[in-house]
Amino acid sequence: MSTAAHRRFDLRGLVLPLVLLALAEAAMRISHTESDTLARPSDVARALWEALRDGTVLVASAQTLGAALGGLALGGGLGLLAGLWFGLSTRAERWSLLSVELLRPVPSVALIPIAMLVYGFGFRMEIAVVAFTCFWPMMLLTQAALRQVEPRLFEVARVLGLGITERVSKIVLPAAAPRVFVAFRLGVGIALVVAVTVEIAANPQGLGFGLMSAQQNLRPDLMFALLLWVGALGWALSAGLLLIERHLFRHTRAQGGNP
Amino acid sequence: MKWPQILSPGTIAVTLALGTLWAGVCAMQWVSPVFLPSPGATWNALLAGIAKGELAQLTAGTVERMVYGWALASLAGIALGALIGTSAALRAWLAPTFELMRPLPASAIVPVAITFVGLSPAMVLIVITFGAVWPVLLATVHGFASIEPRLHEVGRVLRLSRAAFIFKIGLPNALPDALAGMRLSLTIALILAIVGEMLASQQGLGTSILQAARSFRAADLFAGVALLGLIGLVSNALLSMAEHRVLRWKQPR
Repeated sequence: MSTAAHRRFDLRGLVLPLVLLALAEAAMRISHTESDTLARPSDVARALWEALRDGTVLVASAQTLGAALGGLALGGGLGLLAGLWFGLSTRAERWSLLSVELLRPVPSVALIPIAMLVYGFGFRMEIAVVAFTCFWPMMLLTQAALRQVEPRLFEVARVLGLGITERVSKIVLPAAAPRVFVAFRLGVGIALVVAVTVEIAANPQGLGFGLMSAQQNLRPDLMFALLLWVGALGWALSAGLLLIERHLFRHTRAQGGNP
Repeated sequence: MKWPQILSPGTIAVTLALGTLWAGVCAMQWVSPVFLPSPGATWNALLAGIAKGELAQLTAGTVERMVYGWALASLAGIALGALIGTSAALRAWLAPTFELMRPLPASAIVPVAITFVGLSPAMVLIVITFGAVWPVLLATVHGFASIEPRLHEVGRVLRLSRAAFIFKIGLPNALPDALAGMRLSLTIALILAIVGEMLASQQGLGTSILQAARSFRAADLFAGVALLGLIGLVSNALLSMAEHRVLRWKQPR
């Protein structure tokens, strides 16, 4: 599928979604369905437009994105530090192995009740769950990024007699930056998914909660509209970050360093 | 293979130190026991739950849900992946639709699934399958795409039918990729099983930890979370062992 994405845009791919939409629209118009579970695509579009105009979707998006990015900043930041530490010290990496292997398989959503108990509902609870989830990939990918740094650079650092902070800021981070950015981009995707999941499962705010309450209020048009919006938001974020990545690291890519 | 590294004196010492830190924080009452039960209290809650037979039942419920959804997702992913992987036309027709659906958070499908099938075990299964199918599907398509071109020629020379090509050449080639995808799917399946339980109040560990949190039974809550971690750990280890066995023919001699 990724190969298909790199090729020139193929119009055949648009046929299936459009035909399905048209069929749904026509079938529901002909049978005059007034359903609590289904909505005409035109109604979905109208619901999205209205929710955008009265700002409810934008507020909910801001809540979801705020919690996702807050959690990513906290968990990803700590993961970056831990990854730097484990990547620079072989002993720390080896000795932490058992603890990491024991803690990492804990499913992120299992922390929802704990976060609920400690923080109640709201931003802090959501941020805590997102942070735990983002910590692991950020840590592991940073560790892996440091392992790929050219070993001679460390020798250079030793010869120059650089201290630990200079070694990290002048040599390690610039060399590992492209891979660390990839980790960050993946982290953004994970954070958004987890934030929406926390809102659907428990936290009464944001897009996830909007989806659930649209379903409970028998507003299938709004529900599908929000679903579309969540998908578009995730897609736009990842596409935007990919563009930034290509722009920032085009030199490393041009030199044949595989990203 | 990795066991000597994981279970060395150093790693055990670090883990014990972290455990002691946890016990110390509780003993000094730095964190209220309402939020953070001591390791001993958690262990006792775990033992009590197991002795009553209640935890085993809840664990079985969650594991069953996870495995069914994962198996369905794996089957669907490999079947669809094989079809898409062998037909460029199918790829052109279907791939963009999948690309649109893939980035959706699987949990966002929950409300849609509820409107169609209600708060039922089937809803949970649909959500797990939808969420867990993508890694397997993408990995299988990738596996088919990376088949040695000469094997395609061999298939043509032997006049293999499409089905024969898939079963004799395609699937064995795509197996390593598909298995890697299935490992990722298993993690997703566990997460979605828990979310599904919480929302549809199906009997399982997800529901039970939520109830424990609501009634401030922190020790039971931590015991449940520990069990869920154990499920993740064990299922991943089992699958990686199976992967190792199945792919023995690929390893360098």
